[in-house]
Amino acid sequence: MPVTHLKNTFVMPECDGDILYVNELHFAYPDGHAALNGVSLKLCEGDKVALVGPNGAGKSTLMLHLNGILRGRGDVEIAGMRLTRDNLPVVRSMVGLVFQSPDDQLFSPTVFEDVAFGPLHMGLPEDEVRARVDAALEAVRMSGYRDRLSHHLSVGEKKRIAIATVLSMQPSLLVLDEPSAGLDPRARRTLINLLRELPITMLVSTHDMAMVKELFPRTVVMDEGRVVADGLTYEILEDESLLTAHGLEKP
Amino acid sequence: MLYTPAPLHIPDGFLSILVSVVCWAITIIVIGFAISKTNKALGEKQIPLMGVMAAFIFAAQMINFPVAGGTSGHLLGGALAAIVLGPWAGMLVMTAVIAVQALLFQDGGLLVMGANILNMGLVTAAIGYGLYRSVAGQSKTVKLTVVGIAAWLSVMAGALLTSLQLWLSGTSQLEIVIPAMLGVHALIGLGEALITVFALAFIIQTRPDLIGEGSESAKASRNWVFAGGIVSLLVVLLSPLASADPDGLERVAKDLGFLSVGQDAPYQVIPDYTVPFLGETALSTILAGVVGILVVGVIIVLIARGMKAKS
Amino acid sequence: MHFDAFDRYHEKESFLHRLDPRVKVLVTVIFIVSNALLPDGAWIAFLFAWLFVLAANLFSQLGIGYSLKRSIIALPFALIAITVLFSMPGKPLSTFHFLMWNLTITDAGLLRFVSILIRAWLSVQMAILLVAVTRFPDLIHALEHLRVPAILTTIIAFLYRYLFVLTDEVFRLLRARESRSAAVPGSRSGGGVLWRAKVAGNMAGQLFLRSYERSDRIYNAMIARGYAGHLYTLNPHEMKSGDYFTTAFAVAVIFILQILGRL
Ligand SMILES: Nc1ncnc2c1ncn2[C@@H]1O[C@H](COP(=O)(O)OP(=O)(O)OP(=O)(O)O)[C@@H](O)[C@H]1O
Ligand SMILES: [Mg+2]
Repeated sequence: MPVTHLKNTFVMPECDGDILYVNELHFAYPDGHAALNGVSLKLCEGDKVALVGPNGAGKSTLMLHLNGILRGRGDVEIAGMRLTRDNLPVVRSMVGLVFQSPDDQLFSPTVFEDVAFGPLHMGLPEDEVRARVDAALEAVRMSGYRDRLSHHLSVGEKKRIAIATVLSMQPSLLVLDEPSAGLDPRARRTLINLLRELPITMLVSTHDMAMVKELFPRTVVMDEGRVVADGLTYEILEDESLLTAHGLEKP
Repeated sequence: MLYTPAPLHIPDGFLSILVSVVCWAITIIVIGFAISKTNKALGEKQIPLMGVMAAFIFAAQMINFPVAGGTSGHLLGGALAAIVLGPWAGMLVMTAVIAVQALLFQDGGLLVMGANILNMGLVTAAIGYGLYRSVAGQSKTVKLTVVGIAAWLSVMAGALLTSLQLWLSGTSQLEIVIPAMLGVHALIGLGEALITVFALAFIIQTRPDLIGEGSESAKASRNWVFAGGIVSLLVVLLSPLASADPDGLERVAKDLGFLSVGQDAPYQVIPDYTVPFLGETALSTILAGVVGILVVGVIIVLIARGMKAKS
Repeated sequence: MHFDAFDRYHEKESFLHRLDPRVKVLVTVIFIVSNALLPDGAWIAFLFAWLFVLAANLFSQLGIGYSLKRSIIALPFALIAITVLFSMPGKPLSTFHFLMWNLTITDAGLLRFVSILIRAWLSVQMAILLVAVTRFPDLIHALEHLRVPAILTTIIAFLYRYLFVLTDEVFRLLRARESRSAAVPGSRSGGGVLWRAKVAGNMAGQLFLRSYERSDRIYNAMIARGYAGHLYTLNPHEMKSGDYFTTAFAVAVIFILQILGRL
């Protein structure tokens, strides 16, 4: 298994968050539980960033803010655009958010209808929609699955189709919530290869530290609704006291 | 584990064309109302909610509990759906469930689907919601008791309607089908009542916020209480009457002109049409049938148009 | 566990599989209506209707007996029609004693009873064949094309998608109940009927809550992909001349059946 160590080639990006800029984001759920307590984060073009942290750290909550499904106090900017009610449709086509459970992400009877859902609701013409569906399925190596029924797919296939459902919107930022959870080794391997090849900026939350080490040059650690560390993956993985303090393990 | 058909689903062939078409017409009108109401009243979140709830009802119908001697109690769900989703959304959800059962599993026919939706989806929802609303604001015990009664009555109403349709179609004899159907469903209704009550108690306990007093206005809610009350009363009055005095019911039906035929041949409701100037020929009967279906179709389309325009 | 047992579609390369789903729905419905219109005892017409079903089976490549084998589903309901055997006035055929009644089967009663069963049996076979040669999503498209209101077809599409997911959950719940209610051999397990009903009711309640929360997550997944209250769909089907021709042919055959039934 080729494990690439990126310590020599990769340096932390220098930019102002041209793809994603989050500043001092606070959010409490209606039941009063404060899930985000001042999160700040910047992502640049081409970044592939892992988001790690214990259960309940607020990773999923943060992700729901990135395309305005949840609205907290603080700034969220996508490609320099502040999130407002009016630009919500644009933002949603720019941020491809894939949820943890593929059964929630794939809500249409057939694969085609699901992958076409995003482009259709962006108001694209029919030919363009079809072209994008084909391209997205090709990108996740699932071209032959176009007419399959969603409930017949294996978990690994569902996960890849779930990624295709947002790729068809041609987002500039891909946000994946625990993509490798529940996959067998082979499906996990396929997914890792797929994520490595995809030429898109991505933010990926996960508990899979081996995948983090292998795939993501940069890691953001969250705990209790805050970013507690943000830096080069190999440095973070060396910092044992940081890892144990936040319930993480070195792979 | 395979899908097992439930008892109230009438297959094609058992209802006459007239009864089937009349039931379809009633069903389509009510569904039309339900659609215009849900479109108006509810947010965009309602679409996935109703969709998943339909799957919930379908799946919940498979939950059973052993009663005795190999029989088991289980859920039909019309009353429950109306109580947790509101009456109109509940009706649409039940319609989808019954449609899928017929289309995918042939559990219930296609031509008679209108009757099946009416019996199991619309009347059950009206009774369930109407009676439930009548005790809005009362204590939990009162509410749950009434819900139990409503769930039981909803099954009885479905059984009664099914019996009447079978009788009007000349498929069953009134004095046998009514006591048989009502007797069996008095028991099935108990299972329905118990599961509905315990399910609702569980929901009220864990997520009381989901079972609000509903978004219905005071007036709409009064109407539902009224409608639910009337239908329940009809069931309560009609069932014993029909079982004790089927001849009486037949007389009433005849006096009302529904049965244009004699006591001896209620089944002839169907082929009694002829087009006058063609006389009693095969062609005339076919033509009459076609014309009848067209007329009903046009009426339905017009009503649907009218509703769409209004909403 | 997968509930493929719910899927009635059988992949095959056949004339019927390729036919536009609208045509299949329409012809099925017309055939069923036609059966209901045929008078009692129209044996010739019934025979030809059956040949129509056989031909459809043949054209589906599923085997000539495909729908026959699965058609017993409507049989239990026949019980409900049994009373017509005795209740129709006519020439008595045979009398027998059952419990406290003397029952006389009449010729008219028998004629009607058999006619009802044949109608049901022919109709259900066509419906069985319809879902065997049409993928359910295509059936939903057909309903959309045939002007069934969008809100209903959408609910049906969701129902079909989550049927499998939620029945999976039900069977997990049922299995959990079974494994917890293991009883000492010989003694009755799990309390009284009321207690068992309560367990079942709680299961339904739990399933409701899970479904409710799932619908929230699905809604999020939908708005994340641009849903804003209005659903758009692509209708991938287009009627070809062969589809029109088949419809016309089938309708003509059914029309002839009607004439045959009334000669
Ligand atoms: N709908 C909700 N209502 C109330 N509280 C919630 C809700 N969703 C999440 N929370 C709470 O917010 C906090 C953050 O949850 P979140 O799902 O964002 O964590 P996470 O980092 O994604 O965890 P995991 O690794 O388990 O997925 C948790 O304490 C959780 O209990
Ligand atoms: Mg999470």
